[in-house]
Amino acid sequence: MAIFEYAPAPESRDVVDIKPSYGLFINGEFADGSGTPFKTINPATEEKLAEVATASSDDVDRAVQAARKAFGVWSALPGAERAKYLFRIARIIQERARELAVLESLDNGKPIRESRDVDVPLVAAHFFYYAGWADKLAYAGLGGTRPLGVAGQVIPWNFPLLMLAWKIAPALACGNTVVLKPAETTPLTALAFADICRQADLPPGVVNIVTGAGETGAAVVGHPDVNKVAFTGSTEVGRIIARAVAGTDKKLTLELGGKAANIVFEDAAVDQAVEGIVNGIFFNQGHVCCAGSRLLVQESVHEEVLESLRRRLSTLRLGDPLDKNTDIGAINSAEQLAKIRSLSDLGESEGAQRWSPACELPDKGFWFPPTVFTGVAQSHSIARDEIFGPVLSVLTFRTPAEAVEKANNTPYGLSAGIWTEKGSRILWMADRLRAGVVWANTFNKFDPASPFGGYKESGYGREGGLHGLEAYLDV
Amino acid sequence: MTTSLTDVASSDTALRAFLHGLPGVDRVGADQRAAMLGTRSIKTTAKAQAIDLAISMVDLTTLEGADTAGKVRAMCTKAVRPGGDAPKVAAVCVYPDLVPVAVEALGGAGVKVASVATAFPSGRSSLEVKVGETAAAVAAGADEIDMVIDRGAFLSGRYMKVYEEIVAVKAACGAAHLKVILETGELATYDNVRRASWLAMLAGADFIKTSTGKVSPAATPPVTLIMLEAVRDFRDATGRQVGVKPAGGIRTTKDAIKKLVLVNETAGDDWLTPEWFRLGASSLLNDLLMQRQKLATGRYAGPDYFTLD
Repeated sequence: MAIFEYAPAPESRDVVDIKPSYGLFINGEFADGSGTPFKTINPATEEKLAEVATASSDDVDRAVQAARKAFGVWSALPGAERAKYLFRIARIIQERARELAVLESLDNGKPIRESRDVDVPLVAAHFFYYAGWADKLAYAGLGGTRPLGVAGQVIPWNFPLLMLAWKIAPALACGNTVVLKPAETTPLTALAFADICRQADLPPGVVNIVTGAGETGAAVVGHPDVNKVAFTGSTEVGRIIARAVAGTDKKLTLELGGKAANIVFEDAAVDQAVEGIVNGIFFNQGHVCCAGSRLLVQESVHEEVLESLRRRLSTLRLGDPLDKNTDIGAINSAEQLAKIRSLSDLGESEGAQRWSPACELPDKGFWFPPTVFTGVAQSHSIARDEIFGPVLSVLTFRTPAEAVEKANNTPYGLSAGIWTEKGSRILWMADRLRAGVVWANTFNKFDPASPFGGYKESGYGREGGLHGLEAYLDV
Repeated sequence: MTTSLTDVASSDTALRAFLHGLPGVDRVGADQRAAMLGTRSIKTTAKAQAIDLAISMVDLTTLEGADTAGKVRAMCTKAVRPGGDAPKVAAVCVYPDLVPVAVEALGGAGVKVASVATAFPSGRSSLEVKVGETAAAVAAGADEIDMVIDRGAFLSGRYMKVYEEIVAVKAACGAAHLKVILETGELATYDNVRRASWLAMLAGADFIKTSTGKVSPAATPPVTLIMLEAVRDFRDATGRQVGVKPAGGIRTTKDAIKKLVLVNETAGDDWLTPEWFRLGASSLLNDLLMQRQKLATGRYAGPDYFTLD
């Protein structure tokens, strides 16, 4: 037993009031859905949290009509007036931050430390940021200030509220109205956001939330009166959406999968690089599209870095997501857990060496230990397929050119990380890496002012920053 | 020491090459890591345990021009019996001329006597004076010597001078333990903190200590983190364990517990004892006692219920 054991420090659940069932949020009102309701569970315990309505295509149609009707009013408001609503929403998010963080951790399984210190503050920051743009669109230099109309948005389960903010904040700032479908395993914070819209007196129909599974999403994306489709999720579904939208005049942005290289040079600040590796792949249980899932480490420091990494991983605290000292929470769903398991098993059977720190997994819920594969070659599946879990593949390289070659040798291109104390090398690498985001001596760092998006199979279009406005303006 | 490190201090060039060959420290990353560890929530039984551990690690310090025998005696009394059933502190830390007073006041109570030496706090004197002062403090009964490095020499790149001074002072210490104060607030960069840590350890320091307490910033969490990484890596490389003492600016129980979390998650269990980790402080002790009583009784007593010594 360790000398200094941390006692359990659970965040209180009392701040959230989860109702037994939730309806759809259409035209400013909560309404029943026509489909069969589904349940959302706490992935850390498998307990049922609530029943949630399923929106049928008729329900989606009502939502789109409400958004269309609201579009007239909303787009006609002066930008400064729209900004007031967005600022109000941002402030309410800050006021209800604890509630939102607890709700997010309950529904998603992510540690409260992350939902409290990363997700929710970034959500508020996004609304603040785009509120600032609402009356300055003419100065954005994008060649137009007119909104597109109704945006149909489909978001994933890994950062439920944050992805909502990335989608809704710029859409509203530009004068669009939205119909948003949250992921079926994590609808609760989106429904809490619906309540925040009411609290902020947002005109009815400006934001509509329709819950459900893939069919609901398809109805949103395929609705003929939707002018803009924005999707974040898997490359597989992204392809289906691209096909559905092709031949229509809908504008489309896709933010899809990734298999990012985190590149550690021999002159890196080792302790901070190790932190960056941990943050790159174990942040949010690796449920991050831009996760640094491929560690490319210079062969001359391979052993040293691996040893430091193993030592560091043995201090990670896995368990109750609501415990304030938890570093690694639960896998979001049984389905995702099965996928991580099968891809990891494949890695082992293909000949890579698997390692995890000694780590007790809770009996109930969906859990996977932090896992490192060494002896990984470019040709291994675990070096190519997105696992979307806490699984790191370690490869080596000899020269900067080889690092670039290996980093780019993937169908994806969402992000990359460079660790070196040499500034000129950072610039040289960043010029050559085909990735939407290149982090230097940091990883998984997000800011509303910074655009985010991918190359190749990681999607197209940019979200965040000035560039994020373009997707919601008629330019 | 492993063979690879025996020649490191053979010349100014070799020493310089070694220290500059250490991995750099990225300031942003180090600050973030320290801040993240600062969010650890230490409650109930863990807090009680941490408070007692922290008390047992305190180097209760008075380093004022106005120090008197009376002041030191009073502090020694508190060091042995801080209050209630709280454990005794690790050591008292005084100026060299007051060492005999502390030795007498503590008797055989098991609290060590530490003395600053080497023209503390600036270190601006000749090596003869520094060695002489050290020898005098040890002769007067000091168990531990807290020396300062020559920051001027360090910042001007004369690492060998700093090294040789530490070696000379260590020799003058005899059986007494040597804590080497880096004065990290004057070294300014984290790279310098790492280099100075290694320099002190190579020269024979038993402990590396952040600060004199006379310069701000002093024992910040990132600096403590970097020094803990240094002692961890030094033991990996040489097999020799060196202690760490953050000092200066640690005033609250929260500050102290954050330091223990840094130890726990950086260097690990082997450093979680008063033998290998100390907290240099004066007002901290009363806050620890106050929080200790609050945990036991559920109520805060006012400051007048805790002695000012």
